[in-house]
Amino acid sequence: MDIKSYIALALTLFTIGIIGVLVRRNAIIIFMCVELMLNAVNLLLVAFSKMHALSTAAKASVNYASDAQIFVFFIMVVAAAEVSVGLAIIVMMYRNVHTVDVNFLNRLKN
Amino acid sequence: MNITTLVFILLSLLAVGSAIMMITSKSPVHSVLWLIVVFFAISGHYILMNAQFLAIVNIIVYAGAIMVLFLFVVMLMNLNKETEPVKNYRLQLIGVVSGGCLLLIILSAIMKIDTQQLVEMKVGDAGLIQSLGKNLFTNYVLPFEISSVLFLSAMIGAVVIGKKD
Repeated sequence: MDIKSYIALALTLFTIGIIGVLVRRNAIIIFMCVELMLNAVNLLLVAFSKMHALSTAAKASVNYASDAQIFVFFIMVVAAAEVSVGLAIIVMMYRNVHTVDVNFLNRLKN
Repeated sequence: MNITTLVFILLSLLAVGSAIMMITSKSPVHSVLWLIVVFFAISGHYILMNAQFLAIVNIIVYAGAIMVLFLFVVMLMNLNKETEPVKNYRLQLIGVVSGGCLLLIILSAIMKIDTQQLVEMKVGDAGLIQSLGKNLFTNYVLPFEISSVLFLSAMIGAVVIGKKD
């Protein structure tokens, strides 16, 4: 499979995430779109790692191609920590404002 | 067209279609369920590239833990179609047009590169648990330990933010 098709797929998923962040007003769905963008980047990292596994430098060293997949693992770790704190913030915001509409979060404006 | 290309196209269509359904569905519960479908499609891509460890971890961590957390929060808040925020159609149109412009520009720039690099499909031991584990516990053991501290601080932060005062 060509690397360009993986780039196009990951780019499409990332752009759908960006459009979701721009369009939706619900804080939970905006947060889910951020998760979608992280997953698009993960997919691209794995594709590049498998592209690299075909190169001649990868044959010399065992760890050469699996470095990118370690990065994906750490992205997943950080995303899990981020989700727990972010959802706590959203629950706190719902308790105070009684909505998850991000348009009501304008107290810093004035 | 061989079977690998066919599976790739099917999984890509599933992922993109579910992602579009996720950002267009009215109910937040339906959005969460569509996002789980996207994660399963991405796990299918990992299996197609023989990254078995990441496929399993993606299903367990994302579809299993994170999305269940999202589902709990959505059900805790009793969100549904009636509580969905009011829409501004002009801003929505601007968002879709600008996102589409970004996609078109980067896609056309990338398609101009004349590279013939291929991705290794279905074979290779870079994504197996053995090689990943050896690499993780020799070269990346310090980031691995630091991530445990990150988890501890995230847990404390979530408890401190979420508690009633």
